[in-house]
Amino acid sequence: MAQATITEHGEHEPTTTGLNHRKMLMWAFLGSDCMFFGSLIATYLVYKNKSLAGPIPEDVFSILLTSVSTFVLLMSSMSMVLAYAALTRGRMKTFRIWLASTIIMGATFVGFQVFEFHAFVNHEVVVECDHINPADLTPVELEVSAGCVDGVHEVEKVVGLTPKTNLFGSTFFTLTGFHGAHVTLGLIWLTSLFLLSFKKGMVTPEKNLDVDLAALYWHFVDVVWIIIFTVVYLFGVFPGF
Amino acid sequence: MSQDSQVIAEHTSESAHTGHPTPLTYFKVAMVLSIITAIEVGVFYLEFVGWGIIPILVLLSAAKFLLVAMYYMHLKFDDRIFSTMFVAGLVVASGVVLALMALFSFFNS
Repeated sequence: MAQATITEHGEHEPTTTGLNHRKMLMWAFLGSDCMFFGSLIATYLVYKNKSLAGPIPEDVFSILLTSVSTFVLLMSSMSMVLAYAALTRGRMKTFRIWLASTIIMGATFVGFQVFEFHAFVNHEVVVECDHINPADLTPVELEVSAGCVDGVHEVEKVVGLTPKTNLFGSTFFTLTGFHGAHVTLGLIWLTSLFLLSFKKGMVTPEKNLDVDLAALYWHFVDVVWIIIFTVVYLFGVFPGF
Repeated sequence: MSQDSQVIAEHTSESAHTGHPTPLTYFKVAMVLSIITAIEVGVFYLEFVGWGIIPILVLLSAAKFLLVAMYYMHLKFDDRIFSTMFVAGLVVASGVVLALMALFSFFNS
């Protein structure tokens, strides 16, 4: 019975550090991507509360919906690392199952984002004219409430949020749009790995670095969302922040 | 012989052989991440917390960040050079964020 040692990172040519060049490159890229998202998050924070008109975070954000999508992305990270662990153990069927789970959950997250963007663009403000307390209304709601004249009980108006609407729209869609693009590219990468795994010799325990690199990218995307969820969504609707 | 049975780990313990966590550990980390996320959302709706919510959420997010980086990205078990490269980017990013916020008077508004 043949026995083979599973090396965690596969064989590679000799290097001065003893570390694989491709893995070094991936970590260097992730370090640079940190700076990229850092600048986008900084821009969002700097322009926060500086919009002159249009919807603000309190008008459009649904913390419940975003919490669910955050949970889905976190679980996709778990399934990704389990897929890698299965590959290093030589369990190809288990590897494919976990990788497919990752792809499905990642696609679900992107679906949530698409739904959210669509909802923001078509955001409808509804103001019930009876017993209005202006102190409780956001600027957009106050503006819409101007339609509360005699005999009108409810005023509805579509006040959508787009990248052109105001500073909040520009910075929000740029930040989350780039994150969504990263997720989408990750999905393409993972799907190609999944399909290649059916071709003999393309995805093997000895070549696990190929999957390791994709997994690192996927976990990074998850980590960035952890920050975005807190800074953009949770802080976004916190009064006075 | 099936492909699955062709590759056999040399050591009985996967963790001892590769130095990386077992699937059970990954699952436990996922549960902790889920609980922290639930706590974040729960704390968010507690009105009495007030401005204290900011350091609480920052700490909880940092905990999630560290768990994913150390366990899922294997930084805890890999060579320190990788951690250095990643942390260097993080430090620069954090510096940029703080510098821009200070430049545009975020802390004075």
